[in-house]
Amino acid sequence: MKNFSNTYIFIFSVVMVVVIALLLSLAAMQLKPFQDKNIEVEKKQNILASIRIKSTPDNAVDLYAKYITDSYVLNNKGEKKDGDAFTVDMKNEISKPAEDRSLPVFVGTLDDGSQAYVVPLRGKGLWGPIWGYMSFQPDMNTIYGTVFDHQGETPGLGAEIATEWFQQPFLGKQIFEDSVQFVSVKVLKGGAPKDSKHAVDAISGGTITSKALEAMLDSCLVQYKTYFLQSRH
Amino acid sequence: MSIFSSKNFKLLTGPLNLQNPVTVQILGICSALAVTVKLKPAIVMGISVTVVTAVSNLVISWMRNYIPPRIRIIVQLVVVATMVILVDQFLRAFVYDVSKQLSVYVGLIITNCIIMGRLEAYAMGNKPWPSFLDGLGNGAGYSMILIAVGFFRELLGSGTLLGYHVIPQSFYNAGYSNNGMMIMPTMALVLVGVIIWIQRSFNKELIEKE
Repeated sequence: MKNFSNTYIFIFSVVMVVVIALLLSLAAMQLKPFQDKNIEVEKKQNILASIRIKSTPDNAVDLYAKYITDSYVLNNKGEKKDGDAFTVDMKNEISKPAEDRSLPVFVGTLDDGSQAYVVPLRGKGLWGPIWGYMSFQPDMNTIYGTVFDHQGETPGLGAEIATEWFQQPFLGKQIFEDSVQFVSVKVLKGGAPKDSKHAVDAISGGTITSKALEAMLDSCLVQYKTYFLQSRH
Repeated sequence: MSIFSSKNFKLLTGPLNLQNPVTVQILGICSALAVTVKLKPAIVMGISVTVVTAVSNLVISWMRNYIPPRIRIIVQLVVVATMVILVDQFLRAFVYDVSKQLSVYVGLIITNCIIMGRLEAYAMGNKPWPSFLDGLGNGAGYSMILIAVGFFRELLGSGTLLGYHVIPQSFYNAGYSNNGMMIMPTMALVLVGVIIWIQRSFNKELIEKE
């Protein structure tokens, strides 16, 4: 084995680090526009999915323009404020105090002319963030559609929140008890009672993610409480 | 030496059986437990590890005469980490849905013992082309075990394969139910044990002498 001097080792390390830093930053810069585009398309697909419109990455932008007819930003008193709903980053918003948050609302107009109101959700799962969108019927109480996603929940367990069988039972559930008392939707271990209007089944083996999802629903939806109560029709 | 001489061919096929990184060398067990609940992540993980092992073997082998031995582990780590970040960035830009499937596992490739093991044991002392083949072979040996374990865990644990239901409803009606144990990491270890048992009963030379 050759013997290398200390100087050689220093120069070797410096050159290696500089070359690799250049390579990685170049790759990151060149690929950024593609990645951003993917994220934007995915967000549009998620919003569409929450009003039960199926889309593919190719037609998502067109369908979004067709179905999402309005969007605005609220504060937690339900008043409109300035800003573009689509670019609000929920990751930043949930770390702000409740009264400073920007709360986006997307209004979807469905094929039959009725409207669905979409709100974004974000919270902490077991391994990383979980998020989603939930849409409400014009009574601002009954869930019209929902979609959840996650960064790295356990496949086969917590990751099941992103699947159809878990999301389906949310449809038709209500977030207000007797139309006035905010109760959110509970995710119950051992299964929800069959006639329950405010609870769904949790995932076996995915209890922590299920609980995290329940906490996310509660903390995100309660922000819209005033708005929902004011604008129901 | 032709590019597929019998010696080179052995580099590809050896790791599939007698030199298998998972069942014989007991490397990379951690990810075999983590990603095999479902078949699809197991397949994608297998492919990614194969790509990273092969390419980093190639790069390290090119550099092997210039790498100072005292910092060789750091150099290997830097090469592997760079590869993994590049793979991750490319997946995110061009095959976004696959990248979402893999999520945290892409980062986990860095910690896979097989990659560092092959760099240290093979690429540091051999020419680029054989090193590349060695990486491919070991990646394939690893993928093979992962896919086998993933197949049985998804089939018996969830009754599906690649997300499609394959166990007919009539079985469930007759009293069959999915085995919840299969979803737990413990059963991955038991399955790997069973594979090792089967492999050794066919290959007596693998059994240690007392």
